[in-house]
Amino acid sequence: MKSLEELAAIRKKALEDIDLRKKGTEKRVVVGMATCGISAGARPVLSAFVDEVNKRGLKDVAVTQTGCIGLCRYEPIAEVFLPGQEKVTYVHLDAEKAKRIVAEHLVNGNIVKEYTIGYEE
Amino acid sequence: MEFFRSHVLVCGGTGCTSSGSHKVIEKFEEELKNKGLDKEVKVVRTGCFGLCEAGPIVIVYPEGAYYNRITPADVPEIVEEHLLKGRIVEHLLHKPHGDEELVTTLNEINFYKKQTRVALRNCGVIDPEKIDDYIGFDGYKALGKCLTEYTPEQVIDVIAKSGLRGRGGGGFPTATKWKFGASAKADQKYVICNADEGDPGAFMDRSVLEGDPHSVLEAMAIAGYAIGASQGYVYVRAEYPIAVQRLQIAIDQAREYGLLGKDIFGTGFDFDVEIRLGAGAFVCGEETALMESIEGKRGEPRPKPPFPANKGLFGKPTIVNNVETLANIPVIINKGPEWFASMGTEKSKGTKVFALGGKIVNTGLVEIPMGTSLREIIYDIGGGIPNGKKFKAAQTGGPSGGCIPASLIDTKIDYDNLLAIGSMMGSGGLIVMDEDNCMVDVARFFLDFTVDESCGKCTPCRVGTKRMLEILERIVAGKGEEGDIEKLEELGEAIKDGALCGLGKTAPNPVLSTIKYFRDEYEAHIREKRCPAGHCQALLNYSIIPTKCKGCSLCSRVCPVGAISGVVKQPFTIDHSKCIKCGACMEKCKFGAIEKK
Repeated sequence: MKSLEELAAIRKKALEDIDLRKKGTEKRVVVGMATCGISAGARPVLSAFVDEVNKRGLKDVAVTQTGCIGLCRYEPIAEVFLPGQEKVTYVHLDAEKAKRIVAEHLVNGNIVKEYTIGYEE
Repeated sequence: MEFFRSHVLVCGGTGCTSSGSHKVIEKFEEELKNKGLDKEVKVVRTGCFGLCEAGPIVIVYPEGAYYNRITPADVPEIVEEHLLKGRIVEHLLHKPHGDEELVTTLNEINFYKKQTRVALRNCGVIDPEKIDDYIGFDGYKALGKCLTEYTPEQVIDVIAKSGLRGRGGGGFPTATKWKFGASAKADQKYVICNADEGDPGAFMDRSVLEGDPHSVLEAMAIAGYAIGASQGYVYVRAEYPIAVQRLQIAIDQAREYGLLGKDIFGTGFDFDVEIRLGAGAFVCGEETALMESIEGKRGEPRPKPPFPANKGLFGKPTIVNNVETLANIPVIINKGPEWFASMGTEKSKGTKVFALGGKIVNTGLVEIPMGTSLREIIYDIGGGIPNGKKFKAAQTGGPSGGCIPASLIDTKIDYDNLLAIGSMMGSGGLIVMDEDNCMVDVARFFLDFTVDESCGKCTPCRVGTKRMLEILERIVAGKGEEGDIEKLEELGEAIKDGALCGLGKTAPNPVLSTIKYFRDEYEAHIREKRCPAGHCQALLNYSIIPTKCKGCSLCSRVCPVGAISGVVKQPFTIDHSKCIKCGACMEKCKFGAIEKK
């Protein structure tokens, strides 16, 4: 180690790896992964969220799963929680839709209205 | 870098490893692979979380779900339910004690709520075998700051302002020790980390070494810079295989990154660390005996002065610091001495780690701010005494310390308060005793330990402690005589004055403090030949309560020496001349008709 900058670079890189443990991430995507969700295709949706969040290097986003919320006919469902905002429930997702949600909602803050439960109903 | 949506932290401390956590880790890796989750869920082996009682412990992030007593058989359920479907497996979560509600995350548990983790800040959070994890949590930042922004004098000044005192037991101000080391003139100086943790039941230092070895290395380098030393040694017990292994990995990684070795951070400062293994002699925790041992000689203490800071290892100026003391250093540099000094009491700053053991619900490792009362430690953090028994005393400081009786349970724990009541902080062992513990026997136990561990160099310790032990053995065997207590006191004081090193000087403490607070128990043993706690076998008699005995004859059938006789359906009796007091009859009796007193 020849300089403090070198150490800072390693720290920055390491932080990306351990962020999940260090502080609660502020933005959350929760994918319904109960039997109903999985059979409706939630698995590729979850993978797509994980891939896309990773690709874009969104360190403040956590992708987690949850059980059945009772709206099985709308599965695959994902909910997006942003700090200080009402949660947004997206329904009938697939991998492509998941990627668009990451790009528009998580990155730019624009809700993808046509995928939301309100739009469906 | 791969992105993991979830981290599974499994404790790899000695406690959890011995209850099978390595198998849990293997199972997790296998199951995740089977489910195709191994690219999105990461398994991390960490250091000790502290609640060893409930091991093996598993924490799943980002939820922070806190599972305990996890066996490989539970793993498929956690993977399937939690990691795949996102449903926390409630029946495997931490079981609430008393008024606690079912909680999912670590910090909501009473055991953790009242703790302040400074020395243990990274234990159970980072992977101790990955230097990057440590660096991510501000590791080696303090060393960088010291080398580039501070002069050695300024480093010592920061430590002085923090009020940090040695955590190995003595409580000597760390900065003062460093100042002595810095002012000594020599071509070579040494820094030693004393990791020869020998107190029975104490495992604070082991947990730090296992969970956060880099913090110790970083602090040693800082100490080296402060006093002008280029070489450090960690003296650690060979009985701590996991600690030794992780420490070696840490040293190798730090060397590879150039955080140990030549010209650190391009400042021209050289520092390297090597491990020296101890063979488990208690006396080698004493700093001068420790240095003898590193030099390859018998582990026997040297007379002081000269103090190690002037003439230590290989005759060169040396400072010896305890593991926990060192673990505090980087964080003091990073957060500032004012932050550290804001915790604790007037003369004892910061926090202290205790290994909680004995008759307590939550056996484990706790770190509390100085000035926390014993009551808070035992009841709020420790979860109280199991089986509804009454608290009798707490023993701190191991074989060098003393007992704190129930009447002093509100004592605020710090160096000076504990000394004032005849105990000591010690390295941090805290053994809780209930009404079934005989205090005379406790004193005998600790003295037996010191007699075994006395190196034999000086007479007061070698002969004196042996004589004291003989008296105590007589007392618990029911052969105590009038005047024994006074003899113990006199011998004890003489050993304290005359012994060469800390081991001998403190060896009588367990006896003297139990005499001070539980003299009546000694007197009952000597005069009435009775053990009030019902513990000392020689003073006990088993007898059958005629009104409760149904005459089933079960006891007479299990008695190995045929001491019980009687007629079926009539009360049986025990022949005390034959009885060997094994307790088999009492265990078997279905009617509670056998008593012991």
